[in-house]
Amino acid sequence: MKLLSKTVLLSAAIGFLFILASCGQNGNSSKSGALSKSAAERVFVPPGEYDEFYAFISGGFSGQLTIYGLPSGRLFKIIPVFSLDAEKAYGFNEETKPMLETSYGFIPWDDAHHPDLSQTNGEIDGRWLFINANNTPRIARISLRTFETEEIIEIPNSAGNHSSSFVTENTEYVIAGTRFSIPIPQKDISIEEYKGNFKGTLSFLKVDPETGEMDIAFQILMPGFDYDLTHPGRGKSHGWMFFSTYNTEEANTLLEVNASQNDKDFIAAINWKKAEEFIKEGKYKTMPSKYAHNVYDETSHTATSTMKKGVKVLDASQLPGLVYFLPTPKSPHGCDVDPTGEYIVGSGKLAAALTVHSFTKMLKAIEDKKFDGEAYGIPILNFDAVNAGTVVQPGLGPLHTEFDGKGFAYTTFFISSEVVKWQLGTWKVIDRKPTYYSVGHLMIPGGNSRKPFGKYMVAMNKITKDRYLPTGPEVCQSAQLYDITGDKMELLLDFPTIGEPHYAAAIPASLIKDKSQKIYKLEDNKHPYATKSEKETKVVRNGKDVHIYMTMIRSHFAPDNIEGVKVGDRVYFHVTNLEQDYDVPHGIAMIGARTSELLIMPGQTETFVWEPRQVGVWPFYCTDFCSALHQEMQGYIRVSPRGSNTPLKWSLDGE
Amino acid sequence: MRIKIFVFFVITLLISACNSGDEGKVSNQSASNSFEQNTPKGQASYSDDVSAKNILQVAEGSKDHTTLVAAVQAAGIEHVLVNAGPLTVFAPTNAAFDALPEGTVETLLKPENKSKLAFILTNHAAPGSFNLKALKKEAKKGRKIYTAAGDYLEVKVDGDDVYVGGAKVLASIQTSNGVIDVVDKVILPKEK
Repeated sequence: MKLLSKTVLLSAAIGFLFILASCGQNGNSSKSGALSKSAAERVFVPPGEYDEFYAFISGGFSGQLTIYGLPSGRLFKIIPVFSLDAEKAYGFNEETKPMLETSYGFIPWDDAHHPDLSQTNGEIDGRWLFINANNTPRIARISLRTFETEEIIEIPNSAGNHSSSFVTENTEYVIAGTRFSIPIPQKDISIEEYKGNFKGTLSFLKVDPETGEMDIAFQILMPGFDYDLTHPGRGKSHGWMFFSTYNTEEANTLLEVNASQNDKDFIAAINWKKAEEFIKEGKYKTMPSKYAHNVYDETSHTATSTMKKGVKVLDASQLPGLVYFLPTPKSPHGCDVDPTGEYIVGSGKLAAALTVHSFTKMLKAIEDKKFDGEAYGIPILNFDAVNAGTVVQPGLGPLHTEFDGKGFAYTTFFISSEVVKWQLGTWKVIDRKPTYYSVGHLMIPGGNSRKPFGKYMVAMNKITKDRYLPTGPEVCQSAQLYDITGDKMELLLDFPTIGEPHYAAAIPASLIKDKSQKIYKLEDNKHPYATKSEKETKVVRNGKDVHIYMTMIRSHFAPDNIEGVKVGDRVYFHVTNLEQDYDVPHGIAMIGARTSELLIMPGQTETFVWEPRQVGVWPFYCTDFCSALHQEMQGYIRVSPRGSNTPLKWSLDGE
Repeated sequence: MRIKIFVFFVITLLISACNSGDEGKVSNQSASNSFEQNTPKGQASYSDDVSAKNILQVAEGSKDHTTLVAAVQAAGIEHVLVNAGPLTVFAPTNAAFDALPEGTVETLLKPENKSKLAFILTNHAAPGSFNLKALKKEAKKGRKIYTAAGDYLEVKVDGDDVYVGGAKVLASIQTSNGVIDVVDKVILPKEK
């Protein structure tokens, strides 16, 4: 008996050690221990099961936002935001055309950069996503219930809307900063007069806590630097906003040389609570700026565009206490705040080291007036008085930093194509992993918040070269997924992206998936041309305008035979999808229509315009394989000569 | 013996502790190389609280169609009745099934008769949406209803009554993916 016990104990001890050893390997090594899973297993989501995170990745120069699942890297949807999308008729149908209106007129494209999620008490809350248009400055708001663009607001007095669209910890504001300085207000002056005459603005957009609707609360007028990126303070530093700047040289030509002269540029610390006080005290000027505000209404399924006038502007050089400059070496790009709100990381993209500033030290330096001069009346704080530490020789070309909530930071290095993990406080490098290639942004779910979900990190690469099957001169850009649960980062997956993935935001699926809209209720449809039953369908002529009140349901249009349309008419198809069933969209397209199809969700009404140019009988059909009799879902319109007297009539199966 | 149990317990504990870092939905993929068990009922397993009810859901809610629903389940054709359609189902009432020769239903519900049952049931389904009004039109135009089992069912109007394949249509119910026409007879496929 004793012998048996000893044997059992011995084998138990061996088993114990074996398990411990396997356990230690899990996540830390590419060797496959008995219990560790391969990278393939860790990204594999079995058919029919869900991903753990939604990842919203900017489409860069596609102008759109893409939704992927993590860890699988599967693409779910491309949400049209700033560019036309023929697939969804975004910007093509009459309802969404107003979304792309600006003070410059209708603009069919933009360059989408930085998605950021709404927050409550410093944690992502799954209500909205905001993203900026870089070229013609705008901010869009996307609903995380309908996954559609609900609002786009133009930012006046701005150019190259790059340090955008970051959200404060209770979504008080969405922030949009200008990258290019310009004459404000615009005027006809020599470009050589840049210095002192060109200015930048930092815009604070108030967000309605119920509807999410944005409004420009105020702008801060800044010296003519380039404002590159920004992040909000949080926790102790809530109420402050930090912007990286470059071109403090105020060069207006060959910036690649002329904007790299100064040893240090600045991180601008903006006290926005102070700004609110100044606004209350009336210390602003109202500038007569024009900007479009476009809002999509979910019940009328229609967007409206309103041209607004006038913004309140606070002049930073005239208002002491509003802005301070923190000297930061060599053209900082990323400006990232850790989850505690204490550390502000400036990634001088030409610097050999990473600079970390301390919020506590900054407050003390302001109190003690430890200034090293000023720029346009704005105090420059003493570098040593604000500096918390430096990560020495971490890599080449630092760009962006995210945090795992466990005391570690992860910084991308464009030139050396790697992500470097380092420790806050000790500033020691813990690990480095290559990316393929030339990484820009990186993202940890909940990255811009007090509570990151430090399980995965996504690196977004500008260049892929030989990583995928070649597709001609233009090859895809990519995202790479890393497991960051262990001491060492581990590459799990590569996946291609749509357009250039500038930045991303991710959220646990459990926070939003159950709120996802399924259908629009027909009874709530307030579209002025909605047709809620086949009985109400009709065709109305008003001069040369012909309005077709049409419905669609499996598997026919009503009406599907229309006569009495003439060459030169403007024919409006107002089409309502009568379905009240999840995942039963219908589409419609008309031969020769100079626009896109419509893709109409259950309960929704959309409109396209067709201008018949030729006599004849012309078909239209359903473009979405809706049902077993989808191929039968079609109709005809008879087009008669301009002067003919063919009577207007319409029918479905002779009725 | 106690030691053995203790050791087993410790090891189990360690294994579970070890795995606890890998939460999420990727936990059971090593169980099998086939993932069809994730969706055992196909589309029929899906429901939500905003969509209009489909043919199967409406039938399931009817106390006059418990035999039909049981037969649909026994035949394993639930997913057909929730398909995008559009579909018309001629739905015999419980009384219609009761009117069959004694023992017919019991025999058909036996697993070995699954395909025969499915064939009979699909003779009650037709592509398209045919409510009473549409059926009258079919009768007027002399058109027949082509069933999923391959039969052509004659549509007749007698006064206010409409008959399909000899069964009287008692009511038409619009559903999200088609129409249920409640009928008073089981429409057996023609012998071929």
